[in-house]
Amino acid sequence: MQIHDNPTLKAEARNLNFFYGEAKALKNINMPIYDKKVTALIGPSGCGKSTYLRSFNRMHDLYPGNRYEGEIRFFPDNTNLLAAEVDPIEVRMRIGMVFQKPNPFPKSIFENVAYGLRVRGENNKRVLDDKVEHALKGAAIWDEVKDRLADLASNLSGGQQQRLCIARALATDPELLLFDEPTSALDPIATGAIEELIHELKKRVTILIVTHNMQQAARVSDYTAYMFLGEMVEFGKTDEIFIKPKDKRTEDYITGRMG
Amino acid sequence: MKPLTTEEIRAVIAAGKLRDNLFKATGVFCLALALIVIVALVADMVIKGSDRFTLDFFLNFASRRATQAGILSAWVGSLLVMLVTAMAAVPLGVAAGLYLEEYAKRNWLTNLIEINITNLAAVPSIVYGLLALGIFVYQFGLGQSILSAGLTLALLILPIIIVATREAIRAIPAMIREGSMAVGATRWQTCRYHIVPYAMPGILTGVIIGLARAIGETAPIITIGALTFIAFLPPAPLSTLGDGSTAGLFDWVMAPFTVMPIQIFNWTSRPDPAFEVNAAAAGFVLMAMVLSMNAVAIFLRYKMRKNIKW
Ligand SMILES: Nc1ncnc2c1ncn2[C@@H]1O[C@H](COP(=O)(O)OP(=O)(O)OP(=O)(O)O)[C@@H](O)[C@H]1O
Ligand SMILES: [Mg+2]
Repeated sequence: MQIHDNPTLKAEARNLNFFYGEAKALKNINMPIYDKKVTALIGPSGCGKSTYLRSFNRMHDLYPGNRYEGEIRFFPDNTNLLAAEVDPIEVRMRIGMVFQKPNPFPKSIFENVAYGLRVRGENNKRVLDDKVEHALKGAAIWDEVKDRLADLASNLSGGQQQRLCIARALATDPELLLFDEPTSALDPIATGAIEELIHELKKRVTILIVTHNMQQAARVSDYTAYMFLGEMVEFGKTDEIFIKPKDKRTEDYITGRMG
Repeated sequence: MKPLTTEEIRAVIAAGKLRDNLFKATGVFCLALALIVIVALVADMVIKGSDRFTLDFFLNFASRRATQAGILSAWVGSLLVMLVTAMAAVPLGVAAGLYLEEYAKRNWLTNLIEINITNLAAVPSIVYGLLALGIFVYQFGLGQSILSAGLTLALLILPIIIVATREAIRAIPAMIREGSMAVGATRWQTCRYHIVPYAMPGILTGVIIGLARAIGETAPIITIGALTFIAFLPPAPLSTLGDGSTAGLFDWVMAPFTVMPIQIFNWTSRPDPAFEVNAAAAGFVLMAMVLSMNAVAIFLRYKMRKNIKW
């Protein structure tokens, strides 16, 4: 295994600042994201994890008054995701997202997964069938839903809904997958299933995951970043961050003295 | 503060419950009063008009003799005017609501538009009639036609549909919109696949409330010059006309017409008391039309909402 060799860069935040109107929520963030690795974002509530995550797929563009400064470089093509001339829709076509609360559309299981493909103009039934099946298998939910693809997604359990949302994101083969506390609304068993899935997924996709759960970060991630009050305090290999953090604030947070 | 004894707690609860019950009783009384008035009105119309509830009443044109006069041209006219109203007001209202909620930037201009949509809903209907007389009837040369009437009523209910559309859209959680945008959908795709379908039950309710209001409107229709006595129907599409020619698909929209409320108004203003029976019967029919529209709205909303859960 070459875990310790130089991994490839998939993305890199450079001097990233973010403003909700006047309020500065991200302060000069610099951080690499490595290809086909899981990077965990941890930090106390309100420190800006979601804000940072949602900068990658330009989710902030949906609301008025938000402003980015700096760059997020995306590789191999070295695009600045935040550049004004880069279409946020193109960014979202390359970067998938799974939200904190499962948010399936009130449509059939099939249509939920097929949606991203339809948006890209794919209407061929055979292709859709194939890709939907592939995505559902990738999200480890195929066996549970294969006989009821036409059922409403809202009839699934919370854990199943979240895996369906993962399938929805996977169906379009994203290069980077963003997870914002994907298990915070789930019970331990459903959480375990998602964690296992993330482990499986990193073979083919880069993952950036926000979590409040220290054990989860330790279990699923290769790299961990600790954020505090909008700043990136520390970034490193997960085992190093958890065993010997360099920054006092990281240590305090990890050992549970705050947050 | 000393903790309350059990007796004191019970006394506090009892006092609270007394007020609960008092309010409940008042509420039930007010509700009953309102219901009794409505039931009495309907019953009055049914009793007075009972002699006219025959098939002929629905199939006869207006007549000088009360016993032979019917509401054929009135109910056909009302339905056709409603059709035009719906065809005009629904696309406009939904598009406007969608634009304001999903596309428009929040600034002083959209705020101004917003306030004025609310104001429009409060404009007296006769004013719409005057406006339509000037614009549709004379300026556009549409004449005293079903089209003019339908467009006039469409203007009248446009604010209702816009407001209903916006409220239905606002009830859709942001995370559904974000979920759609996150896979790379455009705003239009998000509207087409999600926002409009999920808002549809609410929009539909607004449309039917609007139409139910429009079908009973009299003043603007009189203003633009609906007939009060009419003994023919608008030409059905592709039917053969009196001079042997064939009617076009949309000739009917330019035809003169009358509607239910005008027919009723006309009958109540006749000196012969026999016409009051006609008026009462027609009043009941109009009432039944409105109630069945509401019933359809409730049914459709129930059917559609069943599948929309977040
Ligand atoms: N839409 C918004 N408008 C203005 N300020 C916001 C908005 N969303 C978040 N903030 C602020 O930005 C800061 C960062 O919020 P963010 O949601 O990114 O935190 P977080 O680390 O994800 O917290 P949590 O762990 O509770 O989800 C907070 O101070 C928050 O109050
Ligand atoms: Mg968050």
